[in-house]
Amino acid sequence: MAKRSAPEVNAGSMADIAFLLLIFFLVTTTIETDKGISRKLPEWQPEDIEPPVIKQRNIFTVQVNSNDELLVEDEEMQLEDLRQAAFKFLDNGAGTGDEACSFCQGAKDPSSSVNPQKAVISLQNNRGTSYSMYIAVQNELVAAYNELRDREAKRMYGVTYTKMEKMYNDPNYNGDKDALKEKIDVITNMIPQKLSEAEPKS
Amino acid sequence: MAKFTKKKSGDLPAISTASLPDIVFMLLFFFMVATVMRKNTLMVQNKLPYADQVEKLDKKDLVMYIYAGKPSKRYQAKFGTEARIQLNDKFASVEEIQPFIYSERESKREELIPYLVTALKVDSDTNMGLVSDIKQELRKAEALKINYTTIEGDAMQNLK
Repeated sequence: MAKRSAPEVNAGSMADIAFLLLIFFLVTTTIETDKGISRKLPEWQPEDIEPPVIKQRNIFTVQVNSNDELLVEDEEMQLEDLRQAAFKFLDNGAGTGDEACSFCQGAKDPSSSVNPQKAVISLQNNRGTSYSMYIAVQNELVAAYNELRDREAKRMYGVTYTKMEKMYNDPNYNGDKDALKEKIDVITNMIPQKLSEAEPKS
Repeated sequence: MAKFTKKKSGDLPAISTASLPDIVFMLLFFFMVATVMRKNTLMVQNKLPYADQVEKLDKKDLVMYIYAGKPSKRYQAKFGTEARIQLNDKFASVEEIQPFIYSERESKREELIPYLVTALKVDSDTNMGLVSDIKQELRKAEALKINYTTIEGDAMQNLK
């Protein structure tokens, strides 16, 4: 008997079914943007506790008004220059004796910060400041910290800080995580991120 | 001779569409893998600001979302154009943030509670006044770990 070829199955409707499913997924799902600047809020203190005294030279004040204008250390500044200014402040290292900073390469200006461990960046915004400006300022200040940490991590371990953090947070990283954590801790202790936010004044 | 002329009928053979389902399925699988189910319907405008010093939030079940911004066009007649907070599919006032955080915390396993992060998805045009109010409420509710959700990009793009 002659071989009969198998009859061809009509697959025309399969495309329709697949399209239906596809459209269902297009409508009900979103591509999530789950990236952002992580911050830790200070704890709520109901009573008025005396804030610790910080020398004025160790405070870097950044103010943003309701017209999104920047006032840094009582001088007007453009957003483009903020990162550099904050970096210069952190890296100043004018301390002597106990307060000396062993790794700073800054100008050692006696009126600026003594040590990254003592330096505090104080950010104050107005109730009318726009959120996008606030995020831009936060971003620049975090970038200044990251730049300094990168430089020191590169000098000490040959890898930048941001890269070490990325490796640490990567679940597929198959190196020594504890050693990596130790290195990260050394850098964060050397250059702690002291970014304080005052409550907004209207 | 009829035998030969029969084969030369004028019709074109049907174009095979068998590969069409394969292509659509490929697209389908891409969307299934690359997206997640929409958790809440956005009722506020949500154009996020740009930043480049970002960290990734990878554990989705540990994130609580707070949206804020102007109500979307179709809600503006009812709720006005003033920026509002959105929690779980409905508009909320500042006072409702604390109960929201507590109820979210209740629903999570106990050992995960210290790792909870609150993601603030705030529209770029919102004033800091509202954002500060949210932050104060979060401090009162002891939800101290927050994340300002942004789009990855140069921060200078925020200043138009």
